[in-house]
Amino acid sequence: MPIFIDRRLNPKDKSLGNRQRFLRRAREDLKRSVRDHVRTGRIADVDREHAVPMPRKGINEPTFGNDKETGRRQHILPGNRTFSPGDLIAKPGGGGGYGSAPGTTASEDDFRFVLSREEVLDLFFEDLELPDLVKLNLKQILSFKPRRAGFSASGAPTNINVGRTMRNSHGRRIALRRPKEAELDAIAQQIAELEAKPASAAVSESIAALREAFERLERRRRRIAYVDPVDIRFNRFDPQPVPNASAVMFCLMDVSGSMGEREKDLAKRFFVLLHLFLTRRYERTEVVFIRHTHEAKEVDEHTFFYHTESGGTVVSTALEEMHRIIEERYPVAEWNIYAAQASDGDNFATDSERCIELLDRKLMRLCQYFAYVEIIDERESHIFGSTENGTSLWRAYNAVDGKWPNFQMRRIAAPADIYPVFRELFARQPDLRKSA
Amino acid sequence: MVSQARKSELLFSGSDWNFAKLSRVYDEIEALGLEELRLDIYPVQMEVISSEQMLDAYSSVGMPLMYRHWSFGKRFLYDELLYRKGARGLAYELVINSNPCIVYLMEENTMALQALVTAHAALGHNHFFKNNHLFRQWTDAGGILSYLDFAKSYIARCEERHGLAAVEAILDSAHALMEQGVFRYHRPPRLSSEQQREGLRERLEYEERSFNDLWRTLPPPQESGETKTGIDEDAAERKKSLHLPEENLLYFLEKNSLILEPWQREIVRIVRVIAQYFYPQRQTQVMNEGCATFVHYTLMNTLFDRGRISEGAMLEILRNHSNVVFQPAYDDPRFSGINPYALGLDMMQDIQRISTAPTAEDRDWFPDIAGRGDWRDTLLDAWANHRDESFIRQYLSPALIRKWRLFVLADGADEPHYEVASIHNERGYAKIRSALAQSYDIGASRPDIQVVDVDLLGDRHLRLQHTVKDGVMLEGESRDATLRHVRNLWGYDVSLAAIDGGTGAMLSERWTKEL
Repeated sequence: MPIFIDRRLNPKDKSLGNRQRFLRRAREDLKRSVRDHVRTGRIADVDREHAVPMPRKGINEPTFGNDKETGRRQHILPGNRTFSPGDLIAKPGGGGGYGSAPGTTASEDDFRFVLSREEVLDLFFEDLELPDLVKLNLKQILSFKPRRAGFSASGAPTNINVGRTMRNSHGRRIALRRPKEAELDAIAQQIAELEAKPASAAVSESIAALREAFERLERRRRRIAYVDPVDIRFNRFDPQPVPNASAVMFCLMDVSGSMGEREKDLAKRFFVLLHLFLTRRYERTEVVFIRHTHEAKEVDEHTFFYHTESGGTVVSTALEEMHRIIEERYPVAEWNIYAAQASDGDNFATDSERCIELLDRKLMRLCQYFAYVEIIDERESHIFGSTENGTSLWRAYNAVDGKWPNFQMRRIAAPADIYPVFRELFARQPDLRKSA
Repeated sequence: MVSQARKSELLFSGSDWNFAKLSRVYDEIEALGLEELRLDIYPVQMEVISSEQMLDAYSSVGMPLMYRHWSFGKRFLYDELLYRKGARGLAYELVINSNPCIVYLMEENTMALQALVTAHAALGHNHFFKNNHLFRQWTDAGGILSYLDFAKSYIARCEERHGLAAVEAILDSAHALMEQGVFRYHRPPRLSSEQQREGLRERLEYEERSFNDLWRTLPPPQESGETKTGIDEDAAERKKSLHLPEENLLYFLEKNSLILEPWQREIVRIVRVIAQYFYPQRQTQVMNEGCATFVHYTLMNTLFDRGRISEGAMLEILRNHSNVVFQPAYDDPRFSGINPYALGLDMMQDIQRISTAPTAEDRDWFPDIAGRGDWRDTLLDAWANHRDESFIRQYLSPALIRKWRLFVLADGADEPHYEVASIHNERGYAKIRSALAQSYDIGASRPDIQVVDVDLLGDRHLRLQHTVKDGVMLEGESRDATLRHVRNLWGYDVSLAAIDGGTGAMLSERWTKEL
């Protein structure tokens, strides 16, 4: 008789530690593929699991091994039908030696493995240099709160609802006619009284009858419990998502020729981060893409990032378009409105005034938050670092910045500069939740 | 009536399994195995696992416990991918050479498969582990699990104390030398440090006691001509004290490296012990699988003949059996080398045939076993005393070579053609047999790399030597990378010289300085 052990219920993911070590090892490669994924995929897709190709670097396990291209060897093969000793067989073109190394032929490109959502986000956050607390917040899935939702017949003992349970028990006792304590007491009393009398045949007969009745009631009491499992009711709790309304996120971007690949990539990360934040805070998030040259248009995500258009730059058109869309589709009472604008700062000279006016009079009153990033060349970053002067749009927005606390602006030259734009946003979380 | 009587004899019916059935089947199979095949086994511990856990076990080289390392994570991803894509099924079982012998059963198996697996692993492999001389000599079945437990917690503690990166660096380097981390010819010295110190002290004491100043006054021994200069003598002395040449690089580094800290030494040692533990398994693939397959095939058929297994179950068993022993020909797209299950089973059945119904040719080739009648003895003896290489050299018969239609291709790297060297004819039998045996000789097919010298008093330069056989050199890129790992463990310069085994000529030399 062997020993049997059922291991099926043992904790799974025994090799999770190995997986983490492997991912850390291949970090650079994986980061690159996540970056590509962010660049090519949709904004909302970042927040999901993602299949990546097997990394190439850093995961070799070298050993002293024989070089297949040198020396003399023999292959022993089964199934000879036509060969005689001395026959010559031409070697196949691409690296012969069949039968010697099975399994190495499958090309490694086919190997893609799935990174979990958390792992993708971890890699995405790495460049952005987010503070840990923020990372944690962003990784958290919608928070739930247990809310009372009636009663149920099953549950944990701590949740027993005593009132309900006793009411059920009472009803059942009445329905099944469970003898009451008083009835038993009355009979016992009668018996006692009869026993006190002098003994006679009639008395002992009625004592016997009473005793029998007493026992019957006693039995019945035992059979019908005072509190039966069927009486018990538990408080039921339903996980309810923390009440939060919907949010809409406006992505505004200048797509005139001056915005190159690098600028767009940075802009996209900026949008992704805001989107991540919004999906965590709000149950429903919509994204509206508005791109502009000298005129603005609402477009789908792909067009937004990948189609270039030539033309001048009139920023106010985008703001007007945004205003129009808000009026049309997103009543402020129902939607939290966030806006993120990315630009290289060029604007038609006289237009900046109009932008200030639009923001000041209309949009800032509607928006929860308006973030503006100006994407600059890395070489310029130290020149413009913190100076007030800059492009015309920058100077114009500076005025708005001073006036509205929910307006943020920043120059960014590298991914790590993006987060500070949102610092305010992430810091104000508790208030936001209340206002939502 | 008859059918009812038969039915009651059945060990199980239906495809669902439960623990009662498993236990009944095991008891029956064990009794049959001991009586019918005279097997001798460790007690068995059967563990039921899910497919996910099977994948976990795969990635930790089949052991139930293993320390953590990224390479296992990588292997897991590969295995999982292949499995998810359906490119590869999972094994029905996994068996561990331990005492008690641990057999993993997959929960998805049907009852018929569980019976098959029980016979295969719990009896076949188990018997082989317990009786084969390689396993008896080189592995410690009773202690391996507790050793792995120690290794796992030790390495986890090191990670805590010294950081993941430091531990990983040592493990990487040690893993690179795993193949060079086994003793192939002699057992590792078993002296505990206690005994070693004791021995050293005794020797010193003896020298003190027998000290005689007179010896100092003797004239130095006459140098007979040009034989030995002082330097040569030093070198010889040094080599002797370090037990050079040494083929076990990990052992040498563990004992003699000047830069390793005690915990690093211990990690190197753990890797070396595990490499040594697996070494016999790699030398006995054909025999081990052959033995298990032969046992399950014989036992299942006997059970069926006695009416203990239904026809339906037997059909399922046979289908799985023939999948396992399927051997496509060399030009079949499914061909991926010689199937050890098929070769092992065929050879063992061939031995059975030779013992009971030999032909004249068999009598010629195997005079000592042909017609002896008792094939059990012959097989038990072969299982106990051979490894793949010697087993094939001893028992591969011409009849089997004809059946498999084996042929040998000679492959010179600088020639445009393969040449058919031998086929299954009178002239070829012996050559095919020896070539096949040779290809299973791990000692011959792995590169032979040894520590030959080290200058401990000078620049501490470690010399390795690769003895080149048949002109087969080392693969350049991974050789350089591995040399870097050797240097990590040694701490000073390392060089690897390739010496031709036949002529003794130096073919190339690689220094870590140049890398």
